[in-house]
Amino acid sequence: MTEWRKWGQHPLVQLTRVRYREFFREPEAVFWVFIFPVLLATGLGIAFRDRPPERTVVAVVAGQPGAEKLAQAVRGPELKASLLSDSAASEALRTGEVALAVVPQSSGGVEFRYDDTRPESRTARLLVEDVLQRDAGRRDPLAVHDRLIRERGARYIDFLIPGLLGMNLMGSGIWGLGFAIVDARKKRLLKRLIATPMSRFQYLASFALSRLTLLFMEVGLLLGFAALVFGVPLRGSLPQLVLICLLASLTFASLGLLVASRAQTMEGASGLMNLVMLPMWIFSGVFFSSARFPDQIQPFIQALPLTAVIDALRANVLRGAGWNVVAPELAIILAWMVVSFVLALKLFRWR
Amino acid sequence: MTASRQAPALQVRGLRKAYKDVVAVDGLDLQINAGECFGLLGPNGAGKTTTVEICEGLNTPDRGDVVVLGRHWGEHDRELRQLLGISLQETQFSEKLTVEETLQLFRSFYSRGPAPIEVIAMVQLQEKAGSRVGQLSGGQKQRLALACALVGDPQLLFLDEPTTGLDPQSRRQLWELIEQFKAVGRSILLTTHYMDEAERLCDRVAIMDHGRVIALGTPAELIAQLQAEHVLEFALAGNGSLEEASLRQLEGVCSAVHTNGTYRLQVDQLHRAMPALLQELRRQNAQLAELKTHSATLEDVFVSLTGRHLRDD
Repeated sequence: MTEWRKWGQHPLVQLTRVRYREFFREPEAVFWVFIFPVLLATGLGIAFRDRPPERTVVAVVAGQPGAEKLAQAVRGPELKASLLSDSAASEALRTGEVALAVVPQSSGGVEFRYDDTRPESRTARLLVEDVLQRDAGRRDPLAVHDRLIRERGARYIDFLIPGLLGMNLMGSGIWGLGFAIVDARKKRLLKRLIATPMSRFQYLASFALSRLTLLFMEVGLLLGFAALVFGVPLRGSLPQLVLICLLASLTFASLGLLVASRAQTMEGASGLMNLVMLPMWIFSGVFFSSARFPDQIQPFIQALPLTAVIDALRANVLRGAGWNVVAPELAIILAWMVVSFVLALKLFRWR
Repeated sequence: MTASRQAPALQVRGLRKAYKDVVAVDGLDLQINAGECFGLLGPNGAGKTTTVEICEGLNTPDRGDVVVLGRHWGEHDRELRQLLGISLQETQFSEKLTVEETLQLFRSFYSRGPAPIEVIAMVQLQEKAGSRVGQLSGGQKQRLALACALVGDPQLLFLDEPTTGLDPQSRRQLWELIEQFKAVGRSILLTTHYMDEAERLCDRVAIMDHGRVIALGTPAELIAQLQAEHVLEFALAGNGSLEEASLRQLEGVCSAVHTNGTYRLQVDQLHRAMPALLQELRRQNAQLAELKTHSATLEDVFVSLTGRHLRDD
């Protein structure tokens, strides 16, 4: 009992408890760290849920002889035709209501009108031509048949969850540390604290400690929710997942410390934080693959800490990748941690 | 005298500190004896806070020597931090913590000292022990700041403007607490721009202006230096004016100053000066718009030394 009480009065324990109290007594912070990611995952999971393949709608332009016959011919499990006037068909094509307009020609052939940059239009064109050619008597020399495979782990929600997790680790690390420190500096509490015998190292260490313990709740909640509700597979090894999250959290905490090292006002700190985080929100592949950006800027994107974190998380969660795949990403994360921590210590102002 | 046998609590020699183009402290000497409550007085911008922060080891001087409890900053910092109690100007403690949690945190930094709940009782915040800091009144927050300064059982207490912005009742309450700390023989350095506060609490005071000490002594000594127990202030109606020289020659008047339409006489014998003044006014055919008199205070010492008031309000 006395041993426990002694531990409880250790400055590092006291400082860490202060971090918890300040966090859990701020309902907004709790919402953004714990509730918001779950809500976002739910919303996006519902919006991009798996649906049975839809039938593609195509327009058949009326007025030419044989249009009705053509409209009846265009059918099948994946196609649906509607007979429209020329202008109505053009309008429907423009607004995306139909993927393709089929115009019967007086010569007996057909004209396809479509936008070749729209994937569904290209698909519709292939499907319609296939149906019409067979109707006209084409015989396929090669026998083919389909076997459908729909696997967990390849859906949008599976792709999204590691992205959201990375984004959340970044947000809570940078905001959590940055705001707390700038607030204490603005209130002259930092100055008051260094007027006591408090160890400055322990003050900074209390942030790292509280981040690490909160981290388990953050990660557990989001991944647990994703696994239970959306059936997102967790294929990687647990120690690897824990290590990625630990390093990620400490790296973003170091970045938060760096951002907060000199800022005197909340507005200044907040601007700096957005400046640091915005490129990562855009480029690091939270909501879509970062591979979509041009090759020229890929080296920049791959060097961002959030890209490394998200790539490592996806490799672990979705692919159960080995250490050899994850190690280069961990090296990038570690480098960011060391550089920003050393810089932050050099620049840090206590008053 | 115990003070002369013990080493001084604080000794400052030739202190100088300049910021860019402003000289905040300009060759300052101070000594605080053990067990003494020493007041640093002066208007805003006189260099009080800079001086105190250098003594607290939170700021570094450009020149000069500071010895705190026989130790130097830069050599014995860890030891000194354990021995000092500090209350800074305008510290805001975390609003999300309770009074008791705040003191538990501060207590954890010190190797000895009273339990948090005892310090809470000392500053009479028992009823607020479980309340969030954000819900405290201004006076209660200042008492919390004092509690945080006392929680390490300090040998020397620094209080920078401890009652600024408080209502009279809260100020008196805080004075009583500081007097209790004094009674157990600990040393205090107090800065203030309230003269009544200094007169009540301080054994000795130094009056600062433009980074220098312009007067030093017990409050009673400094007031006695004026050689005038009373101050008589008056203003004239309309655009009337009087010659200062003729006022100085009046019976019982030691000095006369005229600033911004107000005449200020330092008077050693009020019962003689008053009739003489009224007679002089009649002689010069001047009409009074206002007439005030009060016993001389440290404020009057400051005015007689600088020609300015300590506060603008």
